[in-house]
Amino acid sequence: MEVTIKLFRYNPEKDKKPSYKTYKLEALETDRVLDLLEKVKGYQDGTLSFRRSCAHGICGSDAMRINGFNRLACKTLVRDTGAKITVQPLLGMRVIKDLIVDMEPFFEHYRSVKPWLINDDPEPEKERYQSVDQRAVFDDTTKCILCACCTTACPSFWGNEQYVGPAAIVAAHRFIFDSRDKAAAERLKILNEVWGVYRCHTIFNCTLACPREIQITRAIGEVKMALTTGKTE
Amino acid sequence: MKTHQFEVIVVGAGGAGLMAGLYASRTAKTAIITKLYPTRSHTGTAQGGIGAALGSEEEDHPEWHTYDTVKGSDYLGDQDAIEFMCEEAVQAVYELEHMGLPFDRTPEGKISQRPFGGHTNNVTGKPVKRACHAADRTGHMILQTLYQQCMKNNVNFFDEFQVVDLLMVNGAAAGVVAIELATGELHVFHAKAVIIATGGYGRIWEITSNAYAFTGDGPAIIMRRGLPLEDLEFFQFHPTGIYKLGILITEGVRGEGGVLINGKGERFMERYAPHVKDLASRDVVSRAIYMEIRDGNGANGQNYVYLDVRPESVNKYAALDGRKNKDGSPYTVTGEEILAKLPDIVDFCRVYLGVDPVTQLMPIQPTAHYAMGGIPTSKYGETILDETNATVPGLYAAGECACVSVHGANRLGTNSLLDLVVFGKHAGLRAAEFAKTVPFQPLPSDPTKYASSQFDRIRKADGKDNAFDIATTMKKVMFDKMGIFRSGKGMEEALTIVRALKQRYQHVSVTDTGKIFNTELINVWELGNLLDLAEAITVSAIARTESRGGHSREDYPDRDDKNWLKHSLAWVREDGKIDLKYKPVVITKYEPKVRTY
Repeated sequence: MEVTIKLFRYNPEKDKKPSYKTYKLEALETDRVLDLLEKVKGYQDGTLSFRRSCAHGICGSDAMRINGFNRLACKTLVRDTGAKITVQPLLGMRVIKDLIVDMEPFFEHYRSVKPWLINDDPEPEKERYQSVDQRAVFDDTTKCILCACCTTACPSFWGNEQYVGPAAIVAAHRFIFDSRDKAAAERLKILNEVWGVYRCHTIFNCTLACPREIQITRAIGEVKMALTTGKTE
Repeated sequence: MKTHQFEVIVVGAGGAGLMAGLYASRTAKTAIITKLYPTRSHTGTAQGGIGAALGSEEEDHPEWHTYDTVKGSDYLGDQDAIEFMCEEAVQAVYELEHMGLPFDRTPEGKISQRPFGGHTNNVTGKPVKRACHAADRTGHMILQTLYQQCMKNNVNFFDEFQVVDLLMVNGAAAGVVAIELATGELHVFHAKAVIIATGGYGRIWEITSNAYAFTGDGPAIIMRRGLPLEDLEFFQFHPTGIYKLGILITEGVRGEGGVLINGKGERFMERYAPHVKDLASRDVVSRAIYMEIRDGNGANGQNYVYLDVRPESVNKYAALDGRKNKDGSPYTVTGEEILAKLPDIVDFCRVYLGVDPVTQLMPIQPTAHYAMGGIPTSKYGETILDETNATVPGLYAAGECACVSVHGANRLGTNSLLDLVVFGKHAGLRAAEFAKTVPFQPLPSDPTKYASSQFDRIRKADGKDNAFDIATTMKKVMFDKMGIFRSGKGMEEALTIVRALKQRYQHVSVTDTGKIFNTELINVWELGNLLDLAEAITVSAIARTESRGGHSREDYPDRDDKNWLKHSLAWVREDGKIDLKYKPVVITKYEPKVRTY
């Protein structure tokens, strides 16, 4: 089938402002949008720039806005998009070139919640024990690949980029609810600040955008609940 | 041009690079340079588990793991290094757990383990639970955990910097040259020790499980600087890639009881590996699939077979095999358990195939997966200079880009994650120790000269040829002629074509003349790495007139220990010709014998 793909283009070395360019190419229903971007770059316009690596939804490099929704280009098939495709960079981030956005502020928010295990007790000789149930509590939030689909789909984040954003709260959740971690209170204090978890207004855009199908709004709810009750069990 | 100075430079931020960076930074001023954001690295796609004889649920020993790895390597692995890795494995996995890695748990709360191909109880010969796992995203959890630890310990990162050259002065490493992708600017990183951890080069093949990033940058750079690469002829084809796409379906599916089924509905692995069947090692299973397809037993007359993990099939074959739970009850699974244990596999099948593996069969074919060969190193990550095992001062390598060699001619599943954790750590420790004992080498007068010349050539080429076309042709010929089965004639054809492609490559230019994120320029340079490696791989393979592990020749179907129980080393000479030399395999306890599963 022939598909038409309309791409956001911006080269800061040449363009005063962004524009859209449209390309036509042959595609199969099973082709990934990433395959189409590769073909456009390979045969029609080598200057097209985007990030990608694993090409099957695990590395999180190729998050972009496809037909108005935040998606990974490698996990979105022509079968899903139909023959007319529009691709834009993620919203709410500075565009560096074409579909590449500045990820630094996103990672800064991520780092702000101390996303690493904190436990200064002496390490046992073998593993720390954890029950199947204790492990299950934070299973969902360990799936996050830091693609930024959620944070850049969030109206609160669009409203003010100081909001820590759903991805950082997911990262905090993963440790707050890990029975081995000792710094839940510290992280909850960070998330209780003015640009923290209460900027979430339960809009569910993040959950809909997540390519890993993490129940993000639920996780944020659990963090709010922990702040209210002080319980992380 | 900007110049930086660090005692230790790590190139690559996958599992090996992060582990090396973590350990080196404890005592030396260290930076990790990576062309991707660290969490984008290919370690994150590893699924099924990391091997260690913890014995969480059943008897197991590092010696059994060692023997299985030696046997899996088709006796080409160096036994001292394998023993070292398998002994270190247990503590390495506990260390990952202490760092916060969320392993799945047994009912007692220990690290959960599952069976994997080639890992056995050495007394009964039956599969043993040795793969420590976090669902089917173990690599993702290792990558995340190590990156988290690096942040916690304030390790320095240069994200999205593409390393393009290694600086050598007086025969020792003196640093690297990198391009900052966001600005196009060249940076010189002056260092006392350099650790290469750039991963594999599976993008040489058409059907591959490997990321776009896997273009063999480290090995290609090393080779251009006159250093050898080891055992390039050994490349692993994983048995179960998604048909046409090559996306990996973990061996953990078979560990949980899944079976391979041909077009006639037969569980054909019974004929090829009567003892462990679907859990034979990867080279054996990939060859079996290929032979089934060649004999007309592919599904629907096509080049694929099925992987079946539907609960009713798992339960039927588990009963036939007499598989038991720890308490002696028959092993059974439900659809919910499959979903819980293999969520990503279920997701991949639904997204890319429109198939639900809980109720439907998965169409699979072997997919290019892992480089057993690479930069020769000692078991401490020191890079080897020649066939006498002399080392290159200040130069280290770890992970898939390296060849210790612990995988020999065929790697066992779960041993790659283990490799990068164990040898990443030791490379980091050694490099930092070394850096404390030596002064900085002086930088060359024009450190970016060689790197710049490579990019100037690309920018100034006549543009008569297309990089995408060249890459497509290379991938196809390498998959057809340098895949699971090879022959002298086919490999010679591949070599002729690859050499012609290298000529065509000289005409490839770029339309993007900018500096900011000029991914076209970087991609063309990466293609040059793949072509250089494809040629060296093919030359190495043509020379080896035997079949061993991942190198199977139709014209030399048997292993030949008399002539070929040795590692190959390939050098590219200044005139572009490739020289081969050989060094002996280290054999300690296990004399080579016939390998059956």
